[in-house]
Amino acid sequence: MSALPSYDCLGRVFLRIPRRPGAQTPRVQPSASENTLQIQRRHLLGAFAAAAALPALPRAARSSETWEALLARASGQTVWWHAWGGDPKINDFIAWLGTQAQARFGITLNHVKLSSTAEAVAAVLAERDAGRVTGGSVDLVWINGENFAAMRAENLLFGPFAESLPNWPLVDTVGKPATVTDFTLPTLGYESPWAMAQLVFEYDSARVAAPPANMAALRDWIIANPARFTYPQPPDYLGTTFLKQVLYTTIAEQALLQAPVDPADYDRLVAPLWDWIASVTPALWRGGRAYPASETALGQLLADGEVDIAFAFNPGRASAEIAAGALAGTVRTFTPSGGTIGNASFLAIPFNASAREGAQVIADLILSPEVQARAQDPAILGFQTVLDLVRLRPEDRARFTALDLGVATLSPDALGPALLEPHASWTTELARDWQARYGTSP
Amino acid sequence: MILRAAPALVLSLMALPVAAGLLGTIGPALRPGALEALLAWPGLARAIALSLVTGLSSTVLALAVVVLILATLSESRAFTALRRLLSPLLALPHAAAALGLAFLIAPSGWIARALSPWATGWSVPPDALILNDPFGLSLTLGLVAKEIPFLLLMALAALPQTGAPARQVLAASLGYGRASGFVFAVLPALYPLLRLPCLAVLAYGMTSVEMGMILGPGLPPPLSVQVALWSAQADLATRPLAAAGALVQLGLVAAAMGLWLLAERAVIRLLRRATMAGLRARALDAPLAALALTLGAGLGGALALGLAGLALWSFAGSWTFPDLLPQTLTFTIWQRAGMGLTATTLTTLALALASAVVALALVLALLEAEARQGRRLSLPAQAILWLPLLVPQIALLPGLQALALQLGAGGAAAVFAGHLVFVLPYVFLSLSAPFRAIDPRLATLAASLGAGPDRRFWHLRLPLLLRPALTALAVGLAVSVGQYLPTLLLGGGRVTTLTTEAVALSSGGNRRLIGAYALLQMLLPTLGFALAILVPALAFRHRKAMQR
Repeated sequence: MSALPSYDCLGRVFLRIPRRPGAQTPRVQPSASENTLQIQRRHLLGAFAAAAALPALPRAARSSETWEALLARASGQTVWWHAWGGDPKINDFIAWLGTQAQARFGITLNHVKLSSTAEAVAAVLAERDAGRVTGGSVDLVWINGENFAAMRAENLLFGPFAESLPNWPLVDTVGKPATVTDFTLPTLGYESPWAMAQLVFEYDSARVAAPPANMAALRDWIIANPARFTYPQPPDYLGTTFLKQVLYTTIAEQALLQAPVDPADYDRLVAPLWDWIASVTPALWRGGRAYPASETALGQLLADGEVDIAFAFNPGRASAEIAAGALAGTVRTFTPSGGTIGNASFLAIPFNASAREGAQVIADLILSPEVQARAQDPAILGFQTVLDLVRLRPEDRARFTALDLGVATLSPDALGPALLEPHASWTTELARDWQARYGTSP
Repeated sequence: MILRAAPALVLSLMALPVAAGLLGTIGPALRPGALEALLAWPGLARAIALSLVTGLSSTVLALAVVVLILATLSESRAFTALRRLLSPLLALPHAAAALGLAFLIAPSGWIARALSPWATGWSVPPDALILNDPFGLSLTLGLVAKEIPFLLLMALAALPQTGAPARQVLAASLGYGRASGFVFAVLPALYPLLRLPCLAVLAYGMTSVEMGMILGPGLPPPLSVQVALWSAQADLATRPLAAAGALVQLGLVAAAMGLWLLAERAVIRLLRRATMAGLRARALDAPLAALALTLGAGLGGALALGLAGLALWSFAGSWTFPDLLPQTLTFTIWQRAGMGLTATTLTTLALALASAVVALALVLALLEAEARQGRRLSLPAQAILWLPLLVPQIALLPGLQALALQLGAGGAAAVFAGHLVFVLPYVFLSLSAPFRAIDPRLATLAASLGAGPDRRFWHLRLPLLLRPALTALAVGLAVSVGQYLPTLLLGGGRVTTLTTEAVALSSGGNRRLIGAYALLQMLLPTLGFALAILVPALAFRHRKAMQR
């Protein structure tokens, strides 16, 4: 059945690593910067490392048995994966994943292309309200942030399942805490990570000689270069992310962002943010009287030469677009010092999914080193992996180290630290506040 | 007899989903706090004003251009050319039309590129607020350009019922100019047949989301766009707010229609006075004809150029400002689009054919029953038919979805039923006026020659209606092909059509993909409209009076 026996072998070997995220191997300590950590690990890693990380656990063996049974049930199932369909590169990747699922596990994977993830949330909610508790239309959904919070709050998700997946022990839950904490909400195994994303700024080096070094310098640059910068209109997620990015550098106590918004303190905490925004608004593209609608619309403005600095939630986007001929070859990326917001993309299974087993197999397949390396290839997707390279077998690690970053992609060291997403209530509150301040009068 | 039950059947077919849809909106909208939250939204007044002004002004302008074209250009060579330009544009999806226009008029768009840098000196695009202007001028322009083909087609389908040539000849013999002769002699017979299409255009202009999102202002957007944005938010608590917005939108559309009907009376009074004054206005013919040609060709040309721009984008590699043409060409987009396209196209075609044919049969049965019973549908009954056109789709759908789930329907059957709900009103709209305008004396004559009711239908009315019936079918096809949310929500995402693919892909705003899918989406409806022109031409090739 399995076209690639190494996969099964891989699964068994790594199943013996402790499954709980807290129980890591003692040699690998959490560090402020995941990137320095990765480098450190790469050096630490000898041929013995993988073997040293294998304390046998009887529990793992049990779950291995049930996994075999689950594989048998999954075979022949059809999995309907609801995922945003706005990027042909992602669509191609999902189609490729479907061929793998069919060849290895006999699972048919169908991609339901959404224009917004909220459509899938609404579908499951409508099914629950109509009493359809089995045989639902959504088997798997690409999700994070508010959508996950909403589905959890309404008890619309199946789980916990993520930490029982055979490939789960490979996930870098310490170096990449966003893999188990979704906008400060612990995932508790109700969703499984599959890709890391981090905010990076993109600039045209033909028109901007030296990009701003930090967010304060970005403000000065915007004011000195009127009409050459803008951000997507909140509540668009990238526009709200930009507000959060500014908030991170202007707020006095960053730790407060990890807690829900305190209404009593809110105005004081965000005052510097709104000062920052107010000072640049007259110098924005169109004088702040219009904003692009989305990440793609902002990218199009950069491609059209309407702005000189843009940003995206994918460090590899610029390289991929240059390779596709859609962006000038002179575009490069940078991150302001102090880090940029990073988060993870997840897969979740609705409570009434028809192909629950098949969906788990897909969630596990996408965590395999081979698939993760393919996703990280800038020619394919350019999504950063959720795995800890240290825990991979040398030949799997080589898949990642062999990747060409692409002409405009920063190396992991240059990317800078990833800032944790603030609590989801900040997203809601900032978007609402922005709309009240700028969203209703031109 | 089955036919006698047709009106009841059609109405209950429509009433159930519409009632379910409305309940799905009214229920959450009346939840405590929903209306208060809507009233507390600071952009409400402006969003309402934008909705009203862009909707009304675009409808008035589109109607004016169509009347101008018909009044001054019909029978001329320019008219044939104009019709050839405009007819295929009817099949252009709204989102594609808007994006094409946006690419044409944006500061980094085709017009600016054509003039840069040699005439303008721009090496980077100027910072000009042309798109998304706060007064909705770009949006109005887009709506006018997109609705002219629809109104023109409706007018051309209705015109043969008015005896226009005889009226024109009579007016001319009394010394009236072409334009004044048309307005005084033909328009009074034509407009009643155009009233419903006008109201549909008005409703569409006020509830359309795609065009408003791409061309309209964003601070705040028109109400329909804001309702769609609220509905798309993950926060399930905004659903009641969206429902309240949709309810206000519904009231707004009703109010605009009332305003339209009032304005209609005022215009009639004005025209009557002008008629009594005996204005011949022959000197106006030439300048009005020039104006009609400029406006028609200008707006149609803008849409066509925008589409050509998108088509070029679908092959473009690198294409930066201020280059007029792409630096490199590539087929990657089309290769990608080519994968799995056959199955998707077949699904789209099957759904469109099924819903359009069933809708046509139902509408014909309904109208035939009306004719035989000599009694028109009551106003409330008609209102049920129109509701799917008037309520913002996004508001009707959650209720429809709940109904489908409760009935246990899913997949293709539910999608077909959903399409039918939105296709049938358009088919009724296209067909009811021409059907009701058939001279009743023809039927009386046929009866006196011994033709029974069935024979009168099959051998008299249907052949007379061949052109409008096929046009209605083509409109139905186009409407079905264009359905996004009903297909996605009712099919549970498991029914893939060209439009679900196109909207998902273009949700990013990628011009290259949108160009490719706009062409693909246009293909099926264009075939429908081509048939609606070709079949009558062939069938009536020996009947001169039926050929216009």
